[in-house]
Amino acid sequence: MVLTKRIIPCIDVDLDDDGNPAVYTGVHFEDLKYTGDPVEMAKAYNESGADEFVFLDITASAEGRETMLDVVRDVADEVFIPLTVGGGIRTTDDIKETLRAGADKVSITTGALERPELVNQGARAFGSQCIVISVDARRRYDEGGEHYVEIDGESCWFECTKKGGREGTGIDVLEWAAEAESRGAGELFVNSIDKDGTKDGYDLPLTSAVCDVVDTPVIASSGCGSPEDMYDVFTEANADAGLAASIFHFDEYSIEETKEYLDERGVPVRL
Amino acid sequence: MSITTSDSEDALASVVVVDYGLGNLRSVTRGLERAGANVEITDDPDAFADADGVVLPGVGAFREGIENADHVRQDLLEVAESGTPLFGICLGMQMLLTTSEEGDNEGESAVQGLDLISGTNVRFAEGQKVPHMGWNQLSVEREHPLVEGIDGEYAYFVHSYYAVPDDGAAAVTTTDYEREFASIVANEDGTVFGTQFHPEKSGETGLQILRNFVEICANA
Repeated sequence: MVLTKRIIPCIDVDLDDDGNPAVYTGVHFEDLKYTGDPVEMAKAYNESGADEFVFLDITASAEGRETMLDVVRDVADEVFIPLTVGGGIRTTDDIKETLRAGADKVSITTGALERPELVNQGARAFGSQCIVISVDARRRYDEGGEHYVEIDGESCWFECTKKGGREGTGIDVLEWAAEAESRGAGELFVNSIDKDGTKDGYDLPLTSAVCDVVDTPVIASSGCGSPEDMYDVFTEANADAGLAASIFHFDEYSIEETKEYLDERGVPVRL
Repeated sequence: MSITTSDSEDALASVVVVDYGLGNLRSVTRGLERAGANVEITDDPDAFADADGVVLPGVGAFREGIENADHVRQDLLEVAESGTPLFGICLGMQMLLTTSEEGDNEGESAVQGLDLISGTNVRFAEGQKVPHMGWNQLSVEREHPLVEGIDGEYAYFVHSYYAVPDDGAAAVTTTDYEREFASIVANEDGTVFGTQFHPEKSGETGLQILRNFVEICANA
């Protein structure tokens, strides 16, 4: 018996034109497609064998935030598996409100890059187990990085971006991952701008490099197009959890068949 | 302060969730309601005495937990004394034991657990990934109504310390994380018990355990 690898569906929630919360699925962090109602989707995933559930608020506006906390409450009431909520979290009050609304963990991206003490404060006040630091990594082939990896014969480094990849920071993902861990992050959530929405597999060099520099669990995200991609990220990159959106949202694969595929190949999963 | 979150006439049992200022009580409350309980979240000792069962939740550190719950300590001991089911979850389970190695807990400043199940909470070994976080399996070691219908299922864990009861027979289930540890413990009478994992976050298996708990309360 061992700790199982976790399969985690993720929804991106925005307000539609009438101000109602709706799930959208993106390609390359752009081109959003309407996917469904957040509470209904949460309910369905709760029944489907998902190991956790991630809810990202992509409204990034003050009015949106209030509505979102209501939706988080409704989702939390339906979900009897761990619930992570992210999007727009910048202060310990934001963390507190989100946890009170029923989240078990919060995922923080920009708020932590801009004010790294937020990680320490959050971990101290609420425990490391609920502080997930999320990075939106982008491959850079210039000389600005600290740590380089070879990908297809080219040397590249990974840069932390903000605002869903629209803004660079010059910060090396591997430096930041190690720092976030030492400040008290309980998990790292690794997104790839290059892979997001492509469905041609996770960024294995990125995930693997992050797994090498930290001891905390790593959740791989972006690029999952099939159960095989999950298999690769668990066995080649050593990720602890695999996150996916569109393959599950659009019923291309069920969570159950993904787990069966992994189980048959010797990856420990909760069946 | 007291909040009754549900008042269903169909409820099988009335359960108090002890509010001692720690964390999110929403999930455990919803889980218990889903399992058929009428739930009151309170730190009012009178409510403990009236309830069919009492849940001691908790996340965080042992010392803070014990200190925050100090004002209801005597009342919780009375709940146990009266034979009313007392169910500790995660840190709440660890608080049922005698003591913990967590947080310089030695010498004069040491805080004592409720000592309803004698034993110590100890930290996972160096070199292991800590916290033990994720889904792991429950092996049933002995009969207890809490694990009716359960064996080999997965439950969701988040913890860095684990219970070592003095009497090995206190372990109802064990779980393997590079070592076997007690993932459900119970006292001799079977009325004081706790889960290291979070049943309210453990999907259908967790709900089954919560239903078993409500059943225990209804029959108490």
